[in-house]
Amino acid sequence: MKLRRLIGFNLLTAVILGVVGFYVGWWLGHLFDAASIDYFEDTGQNDIALFIAYFTGVVGFLVGLGFANYPVQRMLGKPSSLREKETRGAGRYFGLCTDHKVVGIQYLIGIGAFIFIGGLNAMLIRFELLTPTQHGWNANNYLTLVGLHGTMMMGMMTSGIIGPFANYLLPVMIGARRMAFPRIEALTFWLLMAAGVVLMTTIAFGGFPTGWTGYAPLNDQANMGMDAYIAFFALVGLSMSLLGLNMIATVITMRAPGLSWGRLPIFVWGVVSTSVLMLLAAPVLISVLLMVMLDRTAQTGFFNQAAGGSPYLYENLFWVFGHPEVYVLALPGMGILLEILPVFSRKPLWGYKLAVTGMLGIALLSFLVWQHHLFVSGINADLRPFYMLSTELISLPTGFIFVAALGTLWAGRIRLTVPMLFSLAWLFNFLVGGLSGVFLSDVPSDVTTHGSFFSMAHFHYTIMGGLLFAFFAGIYFWVPKMTGFQLNERWGKVHFWIMFVSFNSTFGPLLVIGFLGMPRRAVTYAGYLQGANTWVSVSAFVLGASMLIFLANFVYSLVFARVPAGSNPWASKSIEWQLPSPIPVHNFDRIPTFGDDPYPYGTDAGVAHRPAVAPARPTA
Amino acid sequence: MSLRSHGGRIGALTVIGTAIVLPLVIFVLGPNMPPGDWTNAGKSQVFDNTVLLAVMTPFTVFILVYIGYAVTMFRAKPDEELRDGPPIRGHFVSQVVWLVTTTAAVLFLAIFGSAELFASNGSGGGSGPNPIATPGGNVLPVQVIGQQWEFTYRYPTYGGVETAELMLPVNTEIEFHVTSLDAIHSFWAYQLGVKADANPGVDNIAFVKPTKVGAFQVRCAELCGIWHGYMFDTGHVVQSSQFASWIKQQRQAFSAVQRYLPKYATTYSPDPVARAG
Amino acid sequence: MKLVAVAGGVLVVAALIAAYVTFLTGGPTPYRVPQARAAGARSANLTLQTVAAVGSKLSPNKNWVSYLVREQGVWHRSTVWTLPANAVVHVTIFNYDGQSGLRNPFLAQPRGLLDGDTFAVDGKPMKVLDPDTASHTFAIPALGVIVPVLGIADDAKNQCEYAPCEESMAHETVTFSFRTGKPGHYRWQCFVPCAAGFIYGFGGPMQTIGYMDGFVNVV
Repeated sequence: MKLRRLIGFNLLTAVILGVVGFYVGWWLGHLFDAASIDYFEDTGQNDIALFIAYFTGVVGFLVGLGFANYPVQRMLGKPSSLREKETRGAGRYFGLCTDHKVVGIQYLIGIGAFIFIGGLNAMLIRFELLTPTQHGWNANNYLTLVGLHGTMMMGMMTSGIIGPFANYLLPVMIGARRMAFPRIEALTFWLLMAAGVVLMTTIAFGGFPTGWTGYAPLNDQANMGMDAYIAFFALVGLSMSLLGLNMIATVITMRAPGLSWGRLPIFVWGVVSTSVLMLLAAPVLISVLLMVMLDRTAQTGFFNQAAGGSPYLYENLFWVFGHPEVYVLALPGMGILLEILPVFSRKPLWGYKLAVTGMLGIALLSFLVWQHHLFVSGINADLRPFYMLSTELISLPTGFIFVAALGTLWAGRIRLTVPMLFSLAWLFNFLVGGLSGVFLSDVPSDVTTHGSFFSMAHFHYTIMGGLLFAFFAGIYFWVPKMTGFQLNERWGKVHFWIMFVSFNSTFGPLLVIGFLGMPRRAVTYAGYLQGANTWVSVSAFVLGASMLIFLANFVYSLVFARVPAGSNPWASKSIEWQLPSPIPVHNFDRIPTFGDDPYPYGTDAGVAHRPAVAPARPTA
Repeated sequence: MSLRSHGGRIGALTVIGTAIVLPLVIFVLGPNMPPGDWTNAGKSQVFDNTVLLAVMTPFTVFILVYIGYAVTMFRAKPDEELRDGPPIRGHFVSQVVWLVTTTAAVLFLAIFGSAELFASNGSGGGSGPNPIATPGGNVLPVQVIGQQWEFTYRYPTYGGVETAELMLPVNTEIEFHVTSLDAIHSFWAYQLGVKADANPGVDNIAFVKPTKVGAFQVRCAELCGIWHGYMFDTGHVVQSSQFASWIKQQRQAFSAVQRYLPKYATTYSPDPVARAG
Repeated sequence: MKLVAVAGGVLVVAALIAAYVTFLTGGPTPYRVPQARAAGARSANLTLQTVAAVGSKLSPNKNWVSYLVREQGVWHRSTVWTLPANAVVHVTIFNYDGQSGLRNPFLAQPRGLLDGDTFAVDGKPMKVLDPDTASHTFAIPALGVIVPVLGIADDAKNQCEYAPCEESMAHETVTFSFRTGKPGHYRWQCFVPCAAGFIYGFGGPMQTIGYMDGFVNVV
């Protein structure tokens, strides 16, 4: 009976069909005669075959999972199969499942796995940078490592918080039983997983030398490994736009009665503002990648200066996507921060309207700043003051988020649990990250810091010190709700402190090293920076070790210890904590009605907690 | 303890903290900020960085003091019964004060940065083919050619001689013309405070006036392929007389190849297609 | 049971990481150039060959250009060499590849060599090569060494198709000497856009160690 279940539309079939699809595409691509496309013979690089192969491989993978079933069955007039609507069994987590909670957990594990791979690459990069002269890796492999680390992290972390946490919790937070488009939801997850595998295949094709930004014309010169990067980001872009679309549609159409926009939990606002960015920025990425693909295969000249094109076009198009992209990374972290602080300060969110304005302000302004990546690249000098102003202005809405966080702490009754520790660390890290960003936004200062490790440390402070710390805050906060089991608090604190100290010990000196003249992505550096780099590398190894501590805690607590968490271990007044852990399949017995206050702390003196909603009657 | 006195204490701590840190920032850290004061561009950047640090200091001190204070003073004792804090949802005056001070700081920095940029002729940054702020008087044009994976330099006013080393006369306004023959590179002369991207087909102009003699490091600051990390050089700022004799010697040394060099131009488009051998 | 599954998972992951790291460290093995002592000074002889197509026996990319080094009479595709410090290195390059032309003609004048920066092409000493006739260069920028290599004429008879090439086939010979200084680790590269089919001729073999790029370890 068990064996019977292996046949059908599931992950195993998907992998098989994916591989078969890849080879079919590869064969199709090789039908292009080498004689008719002369660069094939000289270079030995058949990019056309690889692109076709990636396409057919991913299509095969998705068909194998069962994504084509619904459209095909409806076209044939048959009722749709019920497999995807199964409500029990661990098998749901390994295939196409339209339960948003299952998709949330799939995201958590899937993204977690790829983040660990990206992190491993970071450890290998720092190993190389221990000294400027001893080399561990082949020189071209170093650039592939740098590119793989950045690309994997950027691609995965864009959905890093929305994927796991918004999928699991957003419908619950707005009183819905499902997302607006459940099947598309599942699709975004599996697209991302396929993308991750596609990116890793780059090492079989020679890697890619451009780093995550993929600048032309270097991306045109590169070997076939570059095609993996292009396919990866195209799939990620597609996943991002669909995810954003789904979130916005869900919040607009599926809110419970009484839940007006002004009563939404701040996390939902974070998701909405991020989703707007995802929906608008990702298509630009897909377009620019299409142009790169055409340059590489059909020998068009979009970015080739000798053929009449311009590398500037690439830089601009990429950063029109790239800048909103980094706010896609920052905003969900802000949402989690402001969601967690009220719980552990036992106070309502301070300055709710200000915080929402901040998030929307960041979203709007993020489209107006991208040329700050191009300050010294020879752009029209008249433009620079405008972009300096717009970039500096973006610190204002960011400041609103800070002041809302600080106000929430005011006169609170603060409990330093692990999620709270990560949230407070977010404030510190993002402060350093934001301030270093002010240096970078100022053109005279940017002349020295652009393209140096200062710039790299800035974005690691905001993306890793901000987003990743918020990610862990979310994990320690919500995993008890998602699984029903506690994560060990003591080991969580060990993880936190080692991670926080080693993180600052790694990236703080890098701010200085960048100012002292070390360019990014360089495999060797001036001798006087060796001591500092060795210190940074050792700190980075400790940082990596803290991740292993987390992983051990995670596996041990959830697989072996399995201490039940109860429905509300944090005594939160938010709706998801008034439900059992894990949340039952249908979320609520009856759709709840929401009161006018998402954070009713302090409104009943002396009472530990009362439901934030009335009159929901969730089942035990 | 009343909330007002908490506020007073935080305010006092912030003022004291700023009073201690700000002078250190302005007088100790500021003058030692990179990239140093060898050139007018460098001096402009150091001044700019000092102003940035000074403006950031009060806000940073306030936020750090606040967080430290809040986490210590507002902490619930570990074994006490769970109680809520007061339901404070906002405070109009605080929000307005925050909004006004941060907006003022940001606008000041934007205006100051722009003014500094114009006053220093781009602060050593690449300003494109038509920079708006240019130094008057005599300039020495020096072309920097980025190619995979080396920088070479041409001096148009010395017969278009091309050299592999960069030497500059001190106390002379230099007009760098940075361009590339292939991929995007970036000419970063650290101690000079100059950074200008080398884009193929683009003439990226940066101005600098070195005021001290010495050696400076030149590094490529834009990933350009396998040897990006190894694309570095050492340049020298020397006395004008030394420069004159050096350039004369370079013209003699490279007279053999001079006839093959293309005429000096601000951009080049060498034929990129390799013939299969 | 769970313990076994988790332990198994850990082992699988560890094995995958080990495989990944091993793959990354893979690369050409360094070749130590044999030293000699002549007239009290250290010297070494480096004999190289540049070919138009390296062939499937020596590489999965059979049409890529490449450098080869002669090690005890056998040609190897290896571009990481170990040279003695404070020594004079005499280099001979047999070039079997055609002319591609330099993108920057400035690089056609050799630098960093002994004998007043002269080099010999087919035995004739020269100060500069016509840049359009260059086929490859040998350059160690950190030591200031750069030498252009003359390409064979398009209509030369008996051209070599795939490496390794015989001396009887059409070729040009370039010889030069330079001095290594203190010990160090330097990269070397070709500067001619000889990677046919790649944009600007600088992709593929021009950006892969083992073909037109490598390291010189001076010890």
